[in-house]
Amino acid sequence: MEIFINDKKYRCEKGESVLQVAIRNNIKIPHFCYHEDLPIDANCRTCLVETSPKEVIATSCTLKAEQGLKVYTNTPKVRMLRKENLELLLADHKKLCHYCNRGYFCEVIDEIKKYKVKGEKYQRCKAGTKIHKMGDAAEYDPEACIACNKCVEMCQKIGIGFLKLSEKEKKTRISYNLNPKVDCIYCGQCTVHCPVAAVREQSHSENVERILKDKNKIVIAQMAPSIRTSIGEDFGLRPGVDLTGQMFTALRKLGFNKIFDVNMGADITTCVEAKELVERVLHGKGKLPMFTSCCPGWVKYAEFYHPEIIPNLTLARSPQIHSGGAYKTWWAEKEKIDPRKIIVVSIMPCTSKKYEAKLKELKINGLYPVDYVLTTREMAILLKKNKINLPKLKPSKVDSYGIYSGAGAIYGASGGVMESALRSAHYFMTGKELKKVEFKKVRGMQGIKTAKIRIRKKVLKIAVVYTAKNAAAIIEKMKRDPKTYDYIEVMACPGGCIGGGGQPIPTTEKIIAKRIEALYKIDSKMKLRKAHKNPIVKEFFESYIKNLPKKKQEEILYRTYSKKKKFE
Amino acid sequence: MAKPLINKIEKAGLIGRGGAGFPTAVKWKSVKNAHEKPKYVICNASEGEMGVFKDFHILKNHPEKIIKGMALAMDYLKTKEAYININAKYYKKLKKRLEKIFNTYRKGGYDFTIFQEHPSYIGGEETALLNAIEGKRIEPRLKPPFPSIAGLFGKPTLINNVETFYNVACVADNTYKQCRFYCISGKAKKPSTYYLPNNLTIEKILKITKNYPKFDFFVQIGGSASGTVLNKKQIKKNKMIGAGAIEIFSKKLKPREFLLRLFEFYKNESCGKCAPCREGTYQLFKIVKRNKTIQWGKIMEIIDTMEQTAFCGLGRSIDTPVKSYMKNILKIKI
Repeated sequence: MEIFINDKKYRCEKGESVLQVAIRNNIKIPHFCYHEDLPIDANCRTCLVETSPKEVIATSCTLKAEQGLKVYTNTPKVRMLRKENLELLLADHKKLCHYCNRGYFCEVIDEIKKYKVKGEKYQRCKAGTKIHKMGDAAEYDPEACIACNKCVEMCQKIGIGFLKLSEKEKKTRISYNLNPKVDCIYCGQCTVHCPVAAVREQSHSENVERILKDKNKIVIAQMAPSIRTSIGEDFGLRPGVDLTGQMFTALRKLGFNKIFDVNMGADITTCVEAKELVERVLHGKGKLPMFTSCCPGWVKYAEFYHPEIIPNLTLARSPQIHSGGAYKTWWAEKEKIDPRKIIVVSIMPCTSKKYEAKLKELKINGLYPVDYVLTTREMAILLKKNKINLPKLKPSKVDSYGIYSGAGAIYGASGGVMESALRSAHYFMTGKELKKVEFKKVRGMQGIKTAKIRIRKKVLKIAVVYTAKNAAAIIEKMKRDPKTYDYIEVMACPGGCIGGGGQPIPTTEKIIAKRIEALYKIDSKMKLRKAHKNPIVKEFFESYIKNLPKKKQEEILYRTYSKKKKFE
Repeated sequence: MAKPLINKIEKAGLIGRGGAGFPTAVKWKSVKNAHEKPKYVICNASEGEMGVFKDFHILKNHPEKIIKGMALAMDYLKTKEAYININAKYYKKLKKRLEKIFNTYRKGGYDFTIFQEHPSYIGGEETALLNAIEGKRIEPRLKPPFPSIAGLFGKPTLINNVETFYNVACVADNTYKQCRFYCISGKAKKPSTYYLPNNLTIEKILKITKNYPKFDFFVQIGGSASGTVLNKKQIKKNKMIGAGAIEIFSKKLKPREFLLRLFEFYKNESCGKCAPCREGTYQLFKIVKRNKTIQWGKIMEIIDTMEQTAFCGLGRSIDTPVKSYMKNILKIKI
């Protein structure tokens, strides 16, 4: 089938909308409420086109392609109506720019400039509602909201339903569900689907900028597995370009004193968690199935919605907390640095990691293992602000205490934690090294993946799920038959951390799949592919942890959980 | 053998009395032809448009007829499931009488659910009404699918206005006389609901009901928000359209007041879904409120945008009253 856009012929599929055809062919039509993974809302009314010969104005997101359909995207009538809707939609919006971190790659600003919308023609009705903080993770500003409904739909899709649009008429704005049994899990999927940054991460950028200037501090940077294959998108690169080495250089340029890696922390987590799995599976020490707990969104979900499964959560801390803790104890001791002088900054694809960093129960010797967390987006902005053109940098290496394995690198993808744990669990269970390290069954963009893995005589029944919705289904299944699974990995976000709430905008399932591909490529190219073989991790356990009293060991390696109340 | 009801409805030329005027038989058939089950019948007694109060009148005076009309629709569609979406204020007043009739039918296996609606203009939009009943945010849905194919809970649904069901019962009883209900309000001597032939001119209706004013006047017909504004001359020819309202205004009414009343209604009733209606109606009200003289240019920018780009018919309808008022009463060229 073919349609004509601005007199040029384009091939299209049945059922496709004109906007989809336009996007696929790089024809610019402004749109705020369309996202390819979410339902069509058609409420922003800016993606207008004019049909020919009838000269009817239609929204291209709802206009279905039909053989021979002719549309124009830029007639005087379209421009006039589109501009008026932009004026109405974005009235006052520019005044909010200083709140917004997105200035460097903001589509709204592009449209404002292109259509000469000054945001002064109209004044919006003040809803009189204040910024609402979702824990220490994200926040929304009703005054900036354009009621596009994307965050609400995404929150539903995750399986939470915390966010909703409230009120009607001009007061229509983002709000939250008052039901005491519904709470935000801080995954931040709302922030990565907001077209105007009305929902956004709670910024740590200013804190980090300030601390980088402080000569009395040793500032450590550690980036999560998922940053390196996605941050390029904020610099105009296609999704899935690995910028690991460039990022190390960039972090040095920003003035970080030490460049370590959350991947190293992931290797610690894998070792701790795989050992615990073996204890539970082979020696009956603890409940089965065991759930992963490196996703704080998932942990909050479990603690709030399903406190009954708390005994099933692995006691292992998460990667950023493990590495942050290791640097503030073991490394500090080795380097003879007062841990109070160390500031650990994580760069994460995630907003819930901001919340996790502030959990008091994770403190070691009275110190937070991680002091600040920047999202991928915040990091990209910081780099641009410092005129660091990331893709053009010469790659460099991580500092030696940040050395990591391929198992740590794949933590970013759904199934990665599982695969890493299996690689090490095999060794811990059998004393023998696995030859074929890849577990393809746990990879890929399916919300629920299951497999049976034979490790010598034992068959491990495993499941890998993402989003709370799928987690709920698995928990339901597990309650009906506790023996269905032995080990379950859960991530709050689609595709795992790589599709996290702190990632570049736009994030779509197609883009996530590309980023994932790049993560597995990093692993496949590495010689070191098992966490327990990481020499730094080995040294950490053998020359430090082993010699600590049991209580101290636990303080560094393990954590506890508790039933959570709304907003807790 | 008696003629099937659907043929009689077709022959009587019944059209929907909720305002849109869609042929009733066509609507019924399309629900009949839909495959999914169960099917639902909904009687809409929302009556959120200004100047319309006939639904209350019919509910009060002819509830048996309405419910009979609904039951006939249920028989035709082979369903036992019906909802009545009723203005909560109306229900409070009429509860006893209505429940008595519903209960009689319930004994015969007909299932009626009462949905009390907080009166709203958007309730007149069928899909918004469906969302309300389903407990969702009250805003129109994207069409297609139309309610006749995927309506309430995604099932084929017939939605008719109170008066339409009344007419259906009359057609079945062979008492339908091509009449309709007229709501006369505003500067009228005898504001009330009248039941008169549906082919009379507006002037004739005003005269028959002794409501023809002695002062210089104009009217708005169909509904006092979305309806067309006509002058004295025009009502000699024009007949009723829409939901049956005639509101009489004194020619002395200041344009600013006329617009304020209109825009305030739209501003308060916008469901908030789409940008032009949500933000536009508010700006329209502000523009008129803030300025002593009417800023026609600014107003028309928004009116044109709403007319061409609002999501649903309710938002798009705003140009009808404004443009007809400008053209027919103020003689402003557009």
